[in-house]
Amino acid sequence: MLPESKKTDLDQRLGALTMPESTGWLQSAREAARERLSVSGLPARRDEYWRYTDPKAFVQAAPGVVATENTTEVFADLEAFVITVENGVVSFTGDAPAGLEISTLASVATTDIHWAREVYGALEAAGSQPVVRPLASLNTAYAQDGVLIRATAPVETPVVIRYAPGEDPILHHVIRVTANASMTLLEVGTPGGRGNTVAEVEVADGGAFHHIRVQGPDDARHANTHTFAALGEASTIKSFTLSANGALTRNEAVITLTGDDAIAHVAGAAFGKGDFHHDDTVFVTHDAERCESRQVFKKVLRDGATGVFQGKILVKEGAQKTDGYQISQSLLLDDDSVFLAKPELEIYADDVACSHGSTTGAIDETALFYLRSRGVPKRVATDLLVLSFLAEALDEIEDDDLRERVSDYLADWLAQQ
Amino acid sequence: MLNIKDLHVKLEEEDKQILKGINLEVPAGEVHAIMGPNGSGKSTLSYVLSGRDGYEVTGGEAALEGEDLLEMEPEERAAAGLFLAFQYPVEIPGVGNMTFLRTAVNAQRKARGEDELSAGDFLKEVRAKAKTLKIDADMLKRPVNVGFSGGEKKRNEILQMAMLEPKMCILDETDSGLDVDAMKLVSEGVNALRDAGRGFLVITHYQRLLDHIKPDVVHIMADGRIVKSGGPELALEVEQNGYADILGEVA
Ligand SMILES: Nc1ncnc2c1ncn2[C@@H]1O[C@H](COP(=O)(O)OP(=O)(O)OP(=O)(O)O)[C@@H](O)[C@H]1O
Ligand SMILES: [Mg+2]
Repeated sequence: MLPESKKTDLDQRLGALTMPESTGWLQSAREAARERLSVSGLPARRDEYWRYTDPKAFVQAAPGVVATENTTEVFADLEAFVITVENGVVSFTGDAPAGLEISTLASVATTDIHWAREVYGALEAAGSQPVVRPLASLNTAYAQDGVLIRATAPVETPVVIRYAPGEDPILHHVIRVTANASMTLLEVGTPGGRGNTVAEVEVADGGAFHHIRVQGPDDARHANTHTFAALGEASTIKSFTLSANGALTRNEAVITLTGDDAIAHVAGAAFGKGDFHHDDTVFVTHDAERCESRQVFKKVLRDGATGVFQGKILVKEGAQKTDGYQISQSLLLDDDSVFLAKPELEIYADDVACSHGSTTGAIDETALFYLRSRGVPKRVATDLLVLSFLAEALDEIEDDDLRERVSDYLADWLAQQ
Repeated sequence: MLNIKDLHVKLEEEDKQILKGINLEVPAGEVHAIMGPNGSGKSTLSYVLSGRDGYEVTGGEAALEGEDLLEMEPEERAAAGLFLAFQYPVEIPGVGNMTFLRTAVNAQRKARGEDELSAGDFLKEVRAKAKTLKIDADMLKRPVNVGFSGGEKKRNEILQMAMLEPKMCILDETDSGLDVDAMKLVSEGVNALRDAGRGFLVITHYQRLLDHIKPDVVHIMADGRIVKSGGPELALEVEQNGYADILGEVA
């Protein structure tokens, strides 16, 4: 039984939503998700993983925020297959690169058979235990549209999802990388004033999924995202997110290493000022042997901004030779900004190497003076030090060209602040 | 070039007076050396001149070519032509040496209303100057001073000085940590910059550096004051007898 306040919240929120028309497998998945939601209720401040972030803006029925126009050219002129999401509607033209099958959730809503049926809602359901992810369940139940991608071969050409802001879109992507296939997904922009985005990613044995996301740069954005990933034997996921500004961002990554020798790297660099509240909540489960996981999260906070990191490494019984690493660091540019970190390790295997660390620091005054003494103005010197602080997270981007693009974009963005 | 009059400095955080009335004039074209016991205030003087936080000027003045240094931000002092080779060069992880140098050179040019150096010209110049200081390409690529040996850091300071072509160069114990060959390289780097329009203030403990960089005047600093000034022979005297005689004499 839900407590009264949660029941009211849920009724109000669901009362403002309509489940899009769908049949068969999708309808079942939606109903199952709504069932999960009716048990969990929507998040509230006293829930264990919402202590540092007020979920009110995500929970309330009315979105309240209209995203401002935001264009970033970070992946412009890149040879890529571009998908556009405008006001929650997915569209693209032309044929997908060889080795990729791409469709939209809306277009398969009444299709009897589709490869996405085994994944849609399934990874979210699995990832909603032991910690509930009500906003993700809500997404599964009410998603308006989404991008469905299946990679069946190693594909060089990246897929870019470009978001043009809508008001309150609920988007649900499904990515399936089959055995020994690989692909790169780049996301850029802001889906909405209040956006709820879920991506379910299944990487089969020997497969690889590379993911870079650039959120921002609009100030007003309220973004809630979930990435659920399940990794087969010797498969890889590498996901990096850059967040520049935004009012409220909660990025959750729920990753399970289910096959031996799998690798999962999640990283994030965030810079925000003022009302900026940025929350990375990461849950990595090792459920196989010799897997490697890395969490690298860096935040630069200014003028009273808040940064949150909640990161967990769970090593299940039998997951021997696990190599788990987690670091979260913040650079506070003034005394008003705060960083709240909750690193967790839970280990049920005896032969593992896991480490975690969390630090909060200010600009290195000695380094700042050294730069200024060489004629570098304070602003520029600070930017250089900020970039150097974030560099460790950006280094998690494997591809040199993409890393440079993100790094240049960040440098330009900083210079304009 | 550099004019310091009755400069009094205390620590900002503590009630501790460090410089107690420094008078010093370094005319263009001259090299002045400062020697003095540990803790006498030599580095403090160099920091105060370059604008480091943590010190409070309680009296006196310091000017570069007639311009009041003490009113300027550190970067403005640099653009005005002041350069300090640090006693302890700072490591900056994540900032490439080249990026740092180019940013500094162009920031100064911009501040002086000059055109920025093109990437090509800059590269050519750095490479040529690095070569004379035996700084290899790898060191230029690495983050600023990170993983550099003590001597490499000091050579990197001189490279920055050579690139920035300041009017007034302060070298704080640039010789310490240098092997004999590096000392020659660094001295050659400094001597190459010596000209009629430039002044040098060389802080050192050892006569050896002054064999290579011949000073016009040697000052002895003790307890926050210049207690004696003289010709190069003063450095020899310190080398042979230590400070006891000189300090005894002025006390
Ligand atoms: N930030 C500070 N906090 C506390 N004491 C300081 C600070 N800066 C300087 N001092 C003190 O001021 C005095 C002068 O220091 P300074 O570094 O200028 O000496 P120095 O002549 O350069 O010595 P050395 O030859 O050892 O390099 C010392 O007693 C030192 O401890
Ligand atoms: Mg000193």
